[in-house]
Amino acid sequence: MKRSMYGKFGGQFVPEVLMPALTELEEAYDKYKEDPEFLAELDYYMKEFAGRETPLYFAKNLSKKYGIKIYLKREDLVHGGAHKLNNTLGQALLAKYMGKERLIAETGAGQHGTATAMAAANMGFISEVYMGAKDVERQHMNVYRMELMGSRVNAVESGSKTLKDAINEALRDWVTNVENTHYLIGSVVGPHPYPMIVRDFQSVIGKEVKEQIMEKEGRYPDSIVACAGGGSNAMGIFHPFIEDKEVKLFPVEAGGKEMKTTEKEALHSSSLCAGEEGILQGAHTMILQDKYGQILESSSVSAGLDYSGVGPELAYLADIGRVTPCNVNDDEALEAFYELSRLEGIIPALESSHAVAYVMKMAKTGELGDLVVISLSGRGDKDLETVFKLKEEEEAKEGKEASL
Amino acid sequence: MRIAEKFAELEKKKEKVLITYVCAGDPSAEATKDIVHALVKGGADIVELGLPFSDPVADGPTIQAAATRALAAGMTPDIYFEMAASIKEDVPLVCMTYYNLIYKRGTEKFAKDCAESGITGIIVPDLPAEESDELHDACKKNGVDLIFLITPVTTESRMKNTLEKTSGFVYIVSRLGVTGERVDVADSTKKILGRIHTDVPKAVGFGISNQKQASEVIKAGADAVIVGSAFVSIIASGDNVNERVEKLASELKEGCKE
Repeated sequence: MKRSMYGKFGGQFVPEVLMPALTELEEAYDKYKEDPEFLAELDYYMKEFAGRETPLYFAKNLSKKYGIKIYLKREDLVHGGAHKLNNTLGQALLAKYMGKERLIAETGAGQHGTATAMAAANMGFISEVYMGAKDVERQHMNVYRMELMGSRVNAVESGSKTLKDAINEALRDWVTNVENTHYLIGSVVGPHPYPMIVRDFQSVIGKEVKEQIMEKEGRYPDSIVACAGGGSNAMGIFHPFIEDKEVKLFPVEAGGKEMKTTEKEALHSSSLCAGEEGILQGAHTMILQDKYGQILESSSVSAGLDYSGVGPELAYLADIGRVTPCNVNDDEALEAFYELSRLEGIIPALESSHAVAYVMKMAKTGELGDLVVISLSGRGDKDLETVFKLKEEEEAKEGKEASL
Repeated sequence: MRIAEKFAELEKKKEKVLITYVCAGDPSAEATKDIVHALVKGGADIVELGLPFSDPVADGPTIQAAATRALAAGMTPDIYFEMAASIKEDVPLVCMTYYNLIYKRGTEKFAKDCAESGITGIIVPDLPAEESDELHDACKKNGVDLIFLITPVTTESRMKNTLEKTSGFVYIVSRLGVTGERVDVADSTKKILGRIHTDVPKAVGFGISNQKQASEVIKAGADAVIVGSAFVSIIASGDNVNERVEKLASELKEGCKE
């Protein structure tokens, strides 16, 4: 098996002009991931800037209501409000050691863009973030946050105007400026070595969980549940447990409005559950496509899960049966958003709400066991406007029905 | 017609080769046939027919927009091959598309469909030599050339491997970036041609849009020039398209004779 592959998944399906940059990145990563100076500096940033380690919190009220022990891995408490900074600090530091001057990034919900802006501002990079025009609109506070920290935000008007198009545009920028620029991919997607690098930087989540759960419970959890769009928080928390076969791993995809596909779009974002093999943005993975191989637009209430592909390693782990892909729909995610806010005083990101929703749905079935860890990948402040609008729409609808 | 035959034919005439690109189905399959006719009448020696993909990462705004228009107008691989089969011009046709459309159809079937519809070359901008074994075999079996790209940042070791695999011609990207019209081409072309040693014809593309540039590229030592976005821009304008396409092709062809 080639090093760039996970079984039949992965690879480097990119324009020729990017191949040297990928090789350069892989060589640099191989060198610095063992370098004591690099590791010490990364450790410093993780502790002092990102605020690690994050708590593994016992959600007592949620546990009581659903009858199993539920822990939340509080990545929402990482600086910036999501797990994304783990990766941007790692890659930005790597880019610094490589002598690059400029960082570019794509962003969906704006979380990765914000985390890139933070790392860039702190380490002195010029930075530009590509964001689908539709996402710019639904997450405009994040746009302002990025701009405050000195990043330029480019609204992408092509295609479906969401994450996939932002990645396309970032790739085009990189093709043009490859000599002085590092493309800081925000998830475990894209060509090798990105899925490996992002997974490694995010694995800090799972490594901490391993120690914390042993301390608190004296054993590993029965299940770990994490939302998966591209899959970076999922791979980050799953990866240290891959060899611990007794721990069940559940990537929860966005079921959107319903698990159906029209000619032009999928009404969901569940590439693992409902996609097919294909090549998207540099990797052989599971994707949402039509019968000819044109990429379908995806759909989800959460911008961060709204993506037509998924990381190749996650596709591989699903293929060999090591992880069990599942999905919850928009309504279930929203319900979990309210439930966790009310029960625990923690407002989860709509992305993370998918993981919470799956646990709420499955707790009673026994499938998850008695001890579950949920990756609470981000906080929900960024989603308040979205949720508020949905609530208004819902109330308007109900009002109409009542007056009939 | 095979690509090598065309290069041999023109070598006898002491002419260099003009390769032109259009996106199939922009604005319709019928219109594309007329445009190809105009291109050949003007002097195009080889025609690249783009098969539009929803996510064309190697293309700039001009060709992206063309792909979007073509897809909206209903272009599919099935219609594409039918259309290609109905083109009876005396030039090699080359398919340019992204790998997922090939993968989804099946590499073997895709290469066979090309051969059966008169397409004798394939260019896949998101398929580097390292990932190309399957398609390379399928192309070889079906008598279709698989054409690879070389860029200014391609390393010596990768260049050797890529040149061994390419057939028909090698597509040389003279500068970094996506497709689109640019200004200076002479220096960058000279620089990269100096590094490439092969018997396969050297075609230079990206950023060539007028006769002067075509002539500069030929003088710098290229065997062929590739022009895409300039034609696509004319097609996008919808204004007197066939006549203007023919005129531009004939000017560019003059540049290949100087």
